[in-house]
Amino acid sequence: MKIALSLLLTAILTNNFILCKFLGICPFLGVSKKLNTAVGMSAAVIFVMVLATAVTYPINLLLKANSLEYLQTIVFILVIAALVQLVEIVLKKYMVSLYNALGIYLPLITTNCAVLGVVLLNIDNGYNFWQSIVYSLGGGIGFMVAMVMFAGVRERLEGCDIPKALQGLPITLVAASIVSMSFLGFAGLVDNMFA
Amino acid sequence: MAEKKSIGKEFTKGLVAENPVFRLVLGTCPTLAVSTSVSSAIGMGIAATAVLVCSNIVISALRKVIPQKVRIPAYIVIIASFVTIIQLLVEAFVPALDSALGVYLPLIVVNCIILGRAEAFASKNSVLASAVDGLGMGIGFTAALFLMSTVREILGSGTFLSGIKDLLAVFSGDIQFNGFTIPFLNENPLTIFVLAPGGFFVFGIMIALSNKLAERNGKPKAELNGCASCPMASSCALIADGKKCEEADAK
Repeated sequence: MKIALSLLLTAILTNNFILCKFLGICPFLGVSKKLNTAVGMSAAVIFVMVLATAVTYPINLLLKANSLEYLQTIVFILVIAALVQLVEIVLKKYMVSLYNALGIYLPLITTNCAVLGVVLLNIDNGYNFWQSIVYSLGGGIGFMVAMVMFAGVRERLEGCDIPKALQGLPITLVAASIVSMSFLGFAGLVDNMFA
Repeated sequence: MAEKKSIGKEFTKGLVAENPVFRLVLGTCPTLAVSTSVSSAIGMGIAATAVLVCSNIVISALRKVIPQKVRIPAYIVIIASFVTIIQLLVEAFVPALDSALGVYLPLIVVNCIILGRAEAFASKNSVLASAVDGLGMGIGFTAALFLMSTVREILGSGTFLSGIKDLLAVFSGDIQFNGFTIPFLNENPLTIFVLAPGGFFVFGIMIALSNKLAERNGKPKAELNGCASCPMASSCALIADGKKCEEADAK
């Protein structure tokens, strides 16, 4: 339990996927303009991340048993792509309301580096099945926290008087820098809590 | 003659006018993540360029064979194969780079520059033009990483080209050169620049400068327009039929 909590907090706060590990920057900058979109996108990411981890974990064991670890990258990206398609079809057929909320974002998630990233990080860190699931869940929630916070920041930016050269993307990145700086404040938090 | 000229253009456009990082705003994740030191940035640049050129060549050669409907999965398989090859080569010959890049090396698979070029260029052009386009884009990516990492490493660690010995060891084991130390900054580094916030900040300022230059030359500024800049946009059925993406933005 203690380990699970520390993993969860690490993934959400100290090692936030977007703000500390730079995974999933494209959706972070691309779809964080409105709060609703940010929430929808991150919900889809959480969903796919946890599912992808659950599916790739046994596949990785299979690869390991046959000493085919070098195929990890190619197998995982295919599994994720297929999984996303499958989830889309299943949601469309059986859970229409969920599909209406998340469906739009699903195709975009295949090439989201946060999803492949979390799968590879779980393996690199040598987590067992439940630890992997918790870490993915934390990563997804961290993604959502960053997206939602940043959507708020961006809405405030809209009315500001910004120098011409900085308008648009540059000021967004500078704002992201400041948001990311606030997350530096969490450094050491988890270690001290569970020391 | 005309052919030659256009090939030259395919090469140079990736360097400045259509620089993948500063102008097209693609591949932001690796740009921010590996630009903490110049040597890992160069290593990343070379690895990505190799994948880009190889995958562009193969995709362009197969462009008439791959069915339109399954082209994205096909591209991903081709790209992932080359990434695996590069990954194994780096692990074997430059282990220091492998540990410096960590998870970002296999993540070249989902680097938007590579899928973006496959979709926007290699799937429509000849093998030679695609190879040259890949090379130009790759060098443009490397140059952008070099610029970013130079600023971040000098300000953040007070060194320049530190750890380059491990990269050069591929050519010769007895090179002793291992970068410079910057006198004052080395003792008092502005550590924030090698941390995550510094990455966002330097990238923002770089884009602002490139926008300023583009404006002077009468070019539009770099923008990231949500779904429009996503390499999946053209294959994303939901966007294609009825601009669902804009609806989602407006919702």
